[in-house]
Amino acid sequence: MNWAMLFEAWVAMGANRLRTFLTMLGMVIGVGAVIIMSAIGAGTQASVQQSIASMGSNLFIILAGSSTSGGVRMGSGGVQTLTVSDATAMEELDSLLATAPVSSGTAQMIYQSSNWNTQITGSTPSYFQVRDWRIESGYPFTDSDVRGATRVAVIGQTVAQNLFGDNDPVGKMIRIKQSPYIVVGVLGKKGQSLDGRDQDDTVIIPITTAQTKLFGSKFKGTVRFIMTQAVSEAMMDKAQQDMTQLLRQRHKLRESVEDDFTIRNLTALANTAQETTKAMSLMLAAIASISLLVGGIGIMNIMLVSVTERTREIGIRIAIGAKQANILMQFLLEALMISIMGCLIGVSVGVGGALIVHKVLSINVVITEGSIIVSFLVATGIGVFFGFYPAHKASNLEPIEALRYQ
Amino acid sequence: MDEVIKISQLTKNFHTDAGEVCVLKGVDITIKNGEFVAIMGPSGSGKSTFMNILGCLDKYTTGSYWLNGNDTRNLSKDALAFLRNSVIGFVFQGFNLLPRKNLIDNVALPLVYAGMPLDKRRKRAREVLKSVGLEAFGTYLPSQISGGQQQRVAIARALVNFPKLILADEPTGNLDTKTSQEIMQLFCDLNAKEGITIVLVTHEPDIATFAKRQITFVDGKIQHDSQQEQSV
Repeated sequence: MNWAMLFEAWVAMGANRLRTFLTMLGMVIGVGAVIIMSAIGAGTQASVQQSIASMGSNLFIILAGSSTSGGVRMGSGGVQTLTVSDATAMEELDSLLATAPVSSGTAQMIYQSSNWNTQITGSTPSYFQVRDWRIESGYPFTDSDVRGATRVAVIGQTVAQNLFGDNDPVGKMIRIKQSPYIVVGVLGKKGQSLDGRDQDDTVIIPITTAQTKLFGSKFKGTVRFIMTQAVSEAMMDKAQQDMTQLLRQRHKLRESVEDDFTIRNLTALANTAQETTKAMSLMLAAIASISLLVGGIGIMNIMLVSVTERTREIGIRIAIGAKQANILMQFLLEALMISIMGCLIGVSVGVGGALIVHKVLSINVVITEGSIIVSFLVATGIGVFFGFYPAHKASNLEPIEALRYQ
Repeated sequence: MDEVIKISQLTKNFHTDAGEVCVLKGVDITIKNGEFVAIMGPSGSGKSTFMNILGCLDKYTTGSYWLNGNDTRNLSKDALAFLRNSVIGFVFQGFNLLPRKNLIDNVALPLVYAGMPLDKRRKRAREVLKSVGLEAFGTYLPSQISGGQQQRVAIARALVNFPKLILADEPTGNLDTKTSQEIMQLFCDLNAKEGITIVLVTHEPDIATFAKRQITFVDGKIQHDSQQEQSV
């Protein structure tokens, strides 16, 4: 292979510009589609990944469970069987890193002339650890705040934005349901949760304050759910067993009785979500790849036409001394050139298209080098694969028949 | 090497729907270096088939064909391509120039396959174009010049890689009488001055008289060979 042959292929491509362009268009659309689709797929995956990371790692949620009374089974949370002391007992388990009981509700809050309604979570300082939630400014409340049921609050970004605007909320007094609370800290930004809720639209106060002063509680000490974090991913199963055992024991359940709580493995849920998006982006890429395949078939089709059209030329070349490899190379290079140029244009179309999708539909897109490199390699491969048969056909023509061809 | 072509008991069968057709029925011929041979004969006498076999473009069924000291029977396609490139120059009735290439590139094409670098190719092609009197038309396309000129370009292409043998299949078939005479004169000059062996097929007796040796094919056999007549 040398420059002369490349030039030859270039000239041959230029001989029928419209046809070359249309053939190339197949590759352009194929590569472009693959890049746009995988950018959307990777973008969605990244969003999900972010949501999962924002949730905290190795998480369990223990929900107060279904109880059966007189044959009527209640749903999850139907009875309030979980207590703060269950959470305290769970802290002692070796397989758990931190445990936070949670009771929550919504309430209106006021700062000067602004007011805002949001979800209020009552918990312990462990909550920040379990959710892996850093404090951006100020401090989290402490165990002594929980013991003393003091009126302190750590507020999320959205709440800070809506109540305080650009002012620093730390140390300011807000009113929740007419009672004054001191803002001791502002939470770092978390963004959307998996189900699309704004996680930053929240206020966290000590659980004792929430239960005794804000919402009250029908049964003292009961909580809606307990969040807990296992020591490591490997310990997830052990942690679940330990918790089940501990809670059954604490709730004095006999062998034959069902659990009166439900343990949800959030990491497993997260993995499922991740798998789903992964499958989705794979599917998108697969569908896009079909157009790449169709583009390849287009190249093969045109190369076959080209070989037939130029049978006489091939005959002349063979007669004056072209070896089979020369002819094979000539047509292979042409196919390759069409597919590589189509691919180059396709990459720019794909990247541009992905950016337009991002702008217009405001979908998160991630253009990976991988998708560009892979589509490039695949396009080249398709050029060689679909170019080979016509080129092989050309190089195997019998000289005398090729020369006679009209 | 004195004998460029040495053929004995050459036969060629074609497979057709009607069964085997025997086109060449045992041809014996030796052509020495520097000869100028015209092959004549009626249509269907097998002269074109014979020419294609001479040019290693077609296979023969039995017999032997030695070209420039090489037995062609067991040569691969690529080895035959090498022989065509280095030993033979072809001139066809229909000129067979590549329509999209200019004259220089057309003439230089065999050198591409001989592996000569671009600048040397161009230089040699100009040289040969000049020798056929077309140096001024180097950048023209074949469609921009006359038939006689196109045949000169084809001859230049045949000459470009210093062949021992030129095979011309009805080279004047598409030309008028005057141009035919000019082309034949060119062949005569090449044969006389450069000592290149020339074999041409024609059905016009007056064209054949340019050659030093006339061979007539009838029904797949050599019926008449002017040289044997002399020797006998």
